[in-house]
Amino acid sequence: MRRFVLIAVPFLWLLALFLIPFGIVLKISLSDVALARPPYVPQFSWDEGIRAFLSQLDFENFAFIGAGAIVVTVVAIALLAAVAFPVYGLVFRRFFGGGLKALSIRSLIAAVVSVVAGILAVVIVFAVISFFFPSVVSLLEVDDYLYFQAYLSSLKIAAISTALTLLVGYPMAYGMARSPNSWRPTLMMLVILPFWTSFLIRVYAWRGILSQEGYLNQVLLWLGVIGEPLTILNTNTAVYIGVVYTYLPFMILPIYAALEKLDVSLIEAAEDLGCSRSSAFWLVTIPLSRPGIVAGCFLVFIPTLGEFVIPSLLGGSGTLMIGKVLWEEFFNNRDWPVASAVAIILLLILIVPIVLFQRNQQRQAEAGG
Amino acid sequence: MTQTVFAPWTDPAAKPLIRFRHVTKRFGDFTAIEDLSLDIYEREFFALLGPSGCGKTTMMRMLAGFEDPTEGTIELAGEDIGAVPPNKRAVNMMFQSYALFPHLTVRDNIAFGLKREGKPKDEIHARVEEMLRLVQLQKFASRKPHQISGGQRQRVALARSLAKAPKLLLLDEPLGALDKKLREETQFELMDIQEKTGTTFVIVTHDQEEAMTVASRIAVMKDGALMQVATPSQIYENPSSRYVADFLGDVTILEGKATKLGDAYEVHWAEGQPPLRAKSTLALADGAGCHLAIRPEKVEIHGEKPADDNVLRGKVIDIGYLGNISTYHVQLANGQTIRAQSFNTERDTRRAFTWEDEVWVNWTENCAVLLDH
Ligand SMILES: Nc1ncnc2c1ncn2[C@@H]1O[C@H](COP(=O)(O)OP(=O)(O)O)[C@@H](O)[C@H]1O
Ligand SMILES: [Mg+2]
Repeated sequence: MRRFVLIAVPFLWLLALFLIPFGIVLKISLSDVALARPPYVPQFSWDEGIRAFLSQLDFENFAFIGAGAIVVTVVAIALLAAVAFPVYGLVFRRFFGGGLKALSIRSLIAAVVSVVAGILAVVIVFAVISFFFPSVVSLLEVDDYLYFQAYLSSLKIAAISTALTLLVGYPMAYGMARSPNSWRPTLMMLVILPFWTSFLIRVYAWRGILSQEGYLNQVLLWLGVIGEPLTILNTNTAVYIGVVYTYLPFMILPIYAALEKLDVSLIEAAEDLGCSRSSAFWLVTIPLSRPGIVAGCFLVFIPTLGEFVIPSLLGGSGTLMIGKVLWEEFFNNRDWPVASAVAIILLLILIVPIVLFQRNQQRQAEAGG
Repeated sequence: MTQTVFAPWTDPAAKPLIRFRHVTKRFGDFTAIEDLSLDIYEREFFALLGPSGCGKTTMMRMLAGFEDPTEGTIELAGEDIGAVPPNKRAVNMMFQSYALFPHLTVRDNIAFGLKREGKPKDEIHARVEEMLRLVQLQKFASRKPHQISGGQRQRVALARSLAKAPKLLLLDEPLGALDKKLREETQFELMDIQEKTGTTFVIVTHDQEEAMTVASRIAVMKDGALMQVATPSQIYENPSSRYVADFLGDVTILEGKATKLGDAYEVHWAEGQPPLRAKSTLALADGAGCHLAIRPEKVEIHGEKPADDNVLRGKVIDIGYLGNISTYHVQLANGQTIRAQSFNTERDTRRAFTWEDEVWVNWTENCAVLLDH
């Protein structure tokens, strides 16, 4: 009985805060847009009965936004990655004796081989599926490419921003972990401090920095670095800056946690055994902080994929992100059913990185325990 | 079979492998090592012994290249290694914490140093197998460090540090984490490996038994300085100072004034107690203050007064029974306690003496060590 109660609490939590809202959104996504309040039909009523209600639901909205093609594309990317990464490791171990040297000609060869293997795997899988289930091909027909592009562009922006955040965050986390013990709480505080003010205001403040007459341009003009003000605001560059700025702590904290646990004597042991400073870094520090890197990347990638505030405040008309599209469908077009379908597909796409993230966390916990 | 005794330190022509010349190491204004000079010879098993914080690890870290001496030089095979970074020294270190790479298997841990040398693959493979055999870990080669026991981890660390066949192997409290039985076994394994590979070992320990067991010579350290450097038996039987005598093994130390008497000294050490005779080569002025160090196993205990020198009377106040030996704490009339040890050769629980027994203790004049500081 007690066990039941204990399990029931998180389940009720999940039910109330995820499953019920999800069910409502799913239902809306299967409805049709209407000039009514709320702006969709059908509405459930006891008089007509549940069968009549269900018969009015359909997948039109999903077909409209090209959900089939989007899901197929995401699955293809996931499959490519799932094949390419192990192949990369395998090639390295088989033919290069595992002696990992970053950015060498060997890693380039291994990368090319693994990407080719991944593409081959994708092509074969899709050829087999379309041979046995020809109807699948019809999934790839798309009515309006806007949504498809928005998803792809979100993936691209999220991936690039994650990489940039890693490039900025890793050295900061490294510096923190190598700083004297007495400084660390202060440095940690400085990283977390921005959370104490509104995210909206901080992102808005970047408009003042990045605009044509903004502080950045003023400083650069004054220094004579540039002759004309740069156009940064309302471009993707501004979005990258905004994402890196906003999500940096999510990257720093897990990497810092991993680096702080790292025993300095491991680096000394590597040097003792013949490593230079830099090869000790690549062979010991990076592999041992990998769980932190992976966790940080997911913590940045997952929210960035559906990000709405940053692209709408800093991005321009050319910045296509699914969060923005979602917002416009809901509030400008008042097309709740299509917006709901967009949200459902976004969630499906996010399941892949979330599951991978969970697996990384679990493996880390097992290795630690 | 005749065997020449291994004692290069007695040979003035022998070239030391390591040479500390007036080495001082400061951390800020704290002096960890002070003006220390020391020679260590090839194929030696050299032990640094001393209490925690006396600078043993600092000595090792200077040899490995992780710390630079503030003053003085360190030579390896005749070359000043001051400017040589750790990865270029023919020195490997087995770390106090083992420092095994948790993301690599046992095999890859051992191969790590060899791969950095860019040797051919099959050569590395052969060497790794040889090392695995040496430490008997073939069966565990594919495991990760967290999947093996503490004793096995320690052997991996040893194999990893030996794999590159260094001129000098540094072992920083290598057996600290092992339980007593495993530690003793491993000590003999270490000696065996040292003999087989012919590597020079420098071992750090704060366990005097361990130092006595494995070492060809021991350096006893105190507060960053060497107190005595000698073979285990010399250190034990002829300590040069009260500190060394006290640090190694069990000892009773009496304080008194010496008077020359033939080839020995007579030590007056307490009112109402007979003076004690001790043979010594020390040159002490008459009436000079001195210490007399007496090892308990050299002290005999009697029920009746023996007709020898150096006889003291007291009563048994405590008995330490250790199975193979018993230690009697005998208190004299002036309150001083003398420890006497006897072997329990009979399998009989009835002991010869018991608490409160009146006894006499004595030792020969060769057995007590006279110390001037
Ligand atoms: N990096 C350092 N900075 C400051 N003091 C140090 C440092 N390393 C060692 N010490 C000090 O030097 C002394 C000797 O240390 P160590 O060589 O580690 O002793 P041990 O004999 O226990 O191995 C200790 O008092 C220690 O506090
Ligand atoms: Mg130490």
